[in-house]
Amino acid sequence: MNAYVGTPTSRVDGRAKVTGAAKYAGEFAADGLLHGFVVAATIPCGRIARLDTSEALKVKGVLDVLTHTHRPPLAGKDDAWKDEVAPAEGSPFRPLYDDSIKFNGQPIALVVAEDWETAKFAATLVRVEYREEQAFATDLDAGRSKATEVKQPHEPRGDAVGALAKAAVRHDADYLIPTEHHNPMELFASTVVWDSSGRLTVYDKTQGVQNVHKFLCSVFDKKPDDIRVLSPYVGGAFGSGLRPQYQVVLAMLAALALRRSVRVVLTRQQMYGLGHRPATIEHVGLGAKSDGTLEAVTHEATAVTSRYEDFARNDSGWAEQLYKSPNSRYSHKLVRLDVSTPCDMRAPGAASGVCALECAMDELAVALKLDPIELRLKCYSDRDQSEDLPYTSKQLRECYARGAEAFGWSKRNPASRSMRDGKELVGWGMATGVWEALQMPVAARIGLTANGHAEVSCAASDIGTGTYTIVAQVAADALGLPIENIDVRLADSTLPQAPVEGGSWMAASSAHAVLGAADDIRQELIRLASAMPSSPLAGVDVADVILVGGTIAKAGDMGSAVSIADAMRHGKLERIEKQKLNHFAEDKSYARNTHSAVFAEVKVDEQLGVIRVTRVVSAVAAGRILNTKTGRSQIMGGVVWGIGMALHEETVMDHRFGRIMNANIAEYHIPVNADVQDIDVIFVEERDDRINTLGVKGLGEIGIVGVPAAIANAIYHATGKRIRRFPVTLDKLLA
Amino acid sequence: MADAANQVPDRIPINLIVNGNRRTLDVVPWTTLLDALRDHLALTGTKKGCDHGQCGACTVLVDGRRINSCLTLAVMKDGAEITTIEGFARDGALHPLQQAFIDHDAFQCGYCTPGQICSAAGLLAEGHAGDADEIRELMSGNLCRCGAYPNIVAAIQQAMSRP
Repeated sequence: MNAYVGTPTSRVDGRAKVTGAAKYAGEFAADGLLHGFVVAATIPCGRIARLDTSEALKVKGVLDVLTHTHRPPLAGKDDAWKDEVAPAEGSPFRPLYDDSIKFNGQPIALVVAEDWETAKFAATLVRVEYREEQAFATDLDAGRSKATEVKQPHEPRGDAVGALAKAAVRHDADYLIPTEHHNPMELFASTVVWDSSGRLTVYDKTQGVQNVHKFLCSVFDKKPDDIRVLSPYVGGAFGSGLRPQYQVVLAMLAALALRRSVRVVLTRQQMYGLGHRPATIEHVGLGAKSDGTLEAVTHEATAVTSRYEDFARNDSGWAEQLYKSPNSRYSHKLVRLDVSTPCDMRAPGAASGVCALECAMDELAVALKLDPIELRLKCYSDRDQSEDLPYTSKQLRECYARGAEAFGWSKRNPASRSMRDGKELVGWGMATGVWEALQMPVAARIGLTANGHAEVSCAASDIGTGTYTIVAQVAADALGLPIENIDVRLADSTLPQAPVEGGSWMAASSAHAVLGAADDIRQELIRLASAMPSSPLAGVDVADVILVGGTIAKAGDMGSAVSIADAMRHGKLERIEKQKLNHFAEDKSYARNTHSAVFAEVKVDEQLGVIRVTRVVSAVAAGRILNTKTGRSQIMGGVVWGIGMALHEETVMDHRFGRIMNANIAEYHIPVNADVQDIDVIFVEERDDRINTLGVKGLGEIGIVGVPAAIANAIYHATGKRIRRFPVTLDKLLA
Repeated sequence: MADAANQVPDRIPINLIVNGNRRTLDVVPWTTLLDALRDHLALTGTKKGCDHGQCGACTVLVDGRRINSCLTLAVMKDGAEITTIEGFARDGALHPLQQAFIDHDAFQCGYCTPGQICSAAGLLAEGHAGDADEIRELMSGNLCRCGAYPNIVAAIQQAMSRP
């Protein structure tokens, strides 16, 4: 019965969020709570020669200043510092470990005081002298020639370089994606609550409480029961909370040193010392016959990483899923620079790589004098070419058709600079989006009480994605109870297992864990109901029995219904509890992806170069949508991110000092309300019986993929100018 | 630097009327209204997103006007009437803006939401916003990284249309 799944159910945590009752990591109270303030390095590379904390320590209210020479012990081996999403290659950053400086903004001391203002003030009194290493580098463009190739996303097919050289129509260009920062609205924070038994309760801003729990146990040599990590509400993260961040290590250090509860909140500026979307140079080559069929695809991504870890994602391999070509070559190169290690940021790899691919496809369409959709349909691939596999489902053709219709694409004049609205040039552009439909091991526990209430628990986080709500929906339907009777508990490391919330895998993964546990509850209830005297369910096939309206009943025969309360009373049970790990049949004979077609309208002031995105239509095929309300919001949010990536976002480094110049959210521009106008989200019907029971694929990433390219392509259509260095800003248009 | 210059200034007693209740607190002059609310009065519904007046998460109503509480020192507001998100619902009944934000899914992570709702209440009181374009412009001091802007505009329009 689907009373809730697939409907626009309002968020079950909505009331907590609109009343201010929802508590985030830096908002939990504790007796005698101390406050830590971070002192950050102001050079990108070198060593700490001298760190003088004496003046800071004289300030009334300051208890201690922790440094690499004055702190509790930390693990000394890399393995202890490798969390579940750490890069395989490299040595993870260890805060306050030694005197080496690896990036500008690195934490080098923590001032701990009775209140936050005092800690902040005293931090200004910590004196640092450095031995600066002059031969540092932070510029990707300058370091490109020193790039080293890492594992290719896919094996090459045919002779792509040769076929590209011989192609009748060829497009070959670099696209540049700058460094970007996640900038979730919530500041990174950790509150470590110390109790006299020595146990530590850690409220942390994280996308994975069990990842942080395991990490802290290994870094601080603690037993699992010594530490509990919670993140009931997370004020956005977008990938920045996948790995344990340094503030949780600092808060732990201070709590252990002072045997008191400690909170550490980073400043917005300090958050630019966390991970980032790496700057990349995406080199795309497309060779086609004059009819528009592809002969060759080459895509080489050159991305920034740090000196101490190799962070690499699949930027370049996405054409393999989208466009048929007999020859292809995809490669990924890294340039190691004196910056912090990049980390996943919404649709990592794809957001950048597909942006370049889809701009290149637009340029090829112009060269071929083909409509951009027509070109994509000519190359449409029904199979994942890398493994030559069919898809569990792929309604991308329908995305093109439905999106084009809703947008009014047929009225587009193909010539650039051909459409106008007063003093503004009008441009229409489109692009394809693609992401993976991943699933991970997740367990859920359901406790059903005889009064028809259920508690569903799982360690997964809800970072604004709607996990609380979809878990409640799935449980309510599977248990046949009103959603108000479902209490969802998430994001506590003591709850059943869950990986980090990321990669768009949590909806499918958590939903099927809940389904599994609910099925075990159902079977237990059938056993109890069947055992009742003259039970209407005695001897019925278990497969025919459902839970509906607070009863156990044969499907389609409410006359057979036995109330859950009666069955449990008869069985003398007040509570039934079942825990289940989800299970996915690993069928390697299918590829699993989500797809989208994105259409954008821009208006560009011809004199001033001001660009406005006036309309976006995003048609998404992502299997069954568990919640059309929160799902639509996720796609809309992805589109807003795409607008930012196209027009606004860029972390600007002064390469002479190796320092970020716009480490704040006034000068690092993200879209504001006035930058966003009409966004139309279309969920294309996509039934998928192969991927999982519910046919769910996930929505977190697909919303952004393709959007920056659709906007850049629209800007070309409006102005006739092709800007390949993102973001597309007015100075580049007027140059 | 002389030691005397490196000491924390003395605390000053002030009164704030917060959500209708008189609250007395001792704060040092450099304490912002935002930190006074969050750390001294445990009203953590008001959020800190930048501490520099750049994001709007800390928006509260002071004597009926919306301000960034991170750019205001608590001592400057001695005697003022402050409304925070905790003061919007009455006897368990949500304020029309709160209900509209739920109805239109005008948030995801919820962190900017108290500031958005306070800012929207200030906007409605100002009476300058007529259409969606004006709402967008006049709500542009409140950032939402989840990108809920179109839903925020729809929620405010719903609240505006109520008699």
